[in-house]
Amino acid sequence: MLKISKAFFRQQSNVINLSIRALSTGTNSQEADFGFKKVKYEEKQAKVNEVFNNVAEKYDLMNDAMSFGLHRLWKNQFIQDIEPTPGMRLIDVAGGTGDITFRYLNYLKNLNPGHFDNSRDIVATVCDINENMLNVGKDRSINLGFQDKINWKVGNAENLILEKENTYDVYTIAFGIRNCTNLENVLKEAYRVLKPGGRFMCLEFSRTENPVFKRVYDFYSFQMIPVMGYLIAGDWNSYQYLVESIRMFPSQDEFASLISDCGFRLVSYKNLTNGAVAIHSGFKF
Amino acid sequence: MRLSSSVFNKETSSFIRTNLAQRTVLTLGSGLVSIFDPHRDDMISAFGELTSFQVLPKLHKQMSSDPEGSLILKERPIITSSILNLSKLATYPENTFGRKYVEFLKRNNITPDTRKPVRFIEDQDLAYVMQRYREIHDFTHCILDLKTNMLGEVTVKVFEAIQLDLPMCWLAGMFGMLRLGPKHTQAYLDKYLPWIIQNAKQSKPLINVYFEKHFEKPIDELRQELNLTLLNESESKAEQIRQKEFTENVN
Repeated sequence: MLKISKAFFRQQSNVINLSIRALSTGTNSQEADFGFKKVKYEEKQAKVNEVFNNVAEKYDLMNDAMSFGLHRLWKNQFIQDIEPTPGMRLIDVAGGTGDITFRYLNYLKNLNPGHFDNSRDIVATVCDINENMLNVGKDRSINLGFQDKINWKVGNAENLILEKENTYDVYTIAFGIRNCTNLENVLKEAYRVLKPGGRFMCLEFSRTENPVFKRVYDFYSFQMIPVMGYLIAGDWNSYQYLVESIRMFPSQDEFASLISDCGFRLVSYKNLTNGAVAIHSGFKF
Repeated sequence: MRLSSSVFNKETSSFIRTNLAQRTVLTLGSGLVSIFDPHRDDMISAFGELTSFQVLPKLHKQMSSDPEGSLILKERPIITSSILNLSKLATYPENTFGRKYVEFLKRNNITPDTRKPVRFIEDQDLAYVMQRYREIHDFTHCILDLKTNMLGEVTVKVFEAIQLDLPMCWLAGMFGMLRLGPKHTQAYLDKYLPWIIQNAKQSKPLINVYFEKHFEKPIDELRQELNLTLLNESESKAEQIRQKEFTENVN
């Protein structure tokens, strides 16, 4: 109980800090959040890399265990909201093990199987800063027979140097943006690489307001998830980081404001599972 | 041999503070994972730590009331290959404990550096007792002349269970036995088990032995001091008794 209260108070003070930071434009703070810890701005990326190096192998198993399989429903909903049509090119950033991309391709395949199988074009580019995650994804794509339709690239969401502007119809980032050091840079890059008329879609953990759900959720995430991480993946600290990084992320409205500030229009969001997860959407006009 | 106790400082990264709910889930979980994936030695370690809370205070008391044991508690020696200086031990005379230990490590292809640190015990004294138990495991193997195969490990676990009363040792000893092949099971029940039970009861508790100070001693002398017999010895003693009885009956 005491631990939850302490975490709650830390969260409240950090919300204030974060609101100020979120509303400022283009300033790189000296420090960055690594969960509840503060680290030097430059160090955050390295620390995040380390986390995902450790978790890559067991990533999918842990997702199922931690969310009791719900992450599959969230991702399905995400793709449903996108409503892909043939010819729409996707860039899936922080796409790691490929969950979003595979769903996107499956959607297109079900829509028009003949067209899908006959087409030789690259449909999706998966970009991730961590090569281990990409390798897991690559292996999975071969099992699914999607390997010819996907480009796998190592890259930094804050600086997609390999991508030209105005290239993609859809930009997705699912459960990735909270690991980035500077959200604005990510959003600006997203804006840059999208074609006019293109859509930015983000699936991410967010804030729950329902007090009953919140208590259960807080207990579960702070107390149990690191334990599960240790039991399943042999790694306590990475999952401790995970639950803390969720609390440090801006609220639904704050994030929507930020997306707007970076040039997107018709910005909206939708809550899933009592706000534990939210889908944010914006267009480049 | 003294090392700073910062290894058990709560601020070092290996210690994890846990509450009752977490410990309950961890105990059940680590127990299950240990059974189904025995390669996860972090799980075995965790299970051992989480089930030891009643026994460790008793062990600490036992160590404190023994002169050598209390010296160990005071100096808190840590066992790593660099601290022990294995290359130096390898030059010791044949039949010394130090030399035998290095040979044992080489023969079984192990090092003293792979022991997992204690992560879930908050009290630093008790955490050290747990750590010491883990670290002298190889010495125990060596002094009892038991290999690191399944049979040897089960036998050592039974020895540790009787001497230390740790639940983890009892469980590992009992379940480990089920995994022995038929030939080893036979040998275990006929020879190893009675011998190790006798030895565990009669010898000085090895947790109180400051092994690192005895490296120069001939290993047989050390065994005698600790009141330990080897399997072969007790076998040949048993054989002598049998012979004697046989000749007596014949006459």
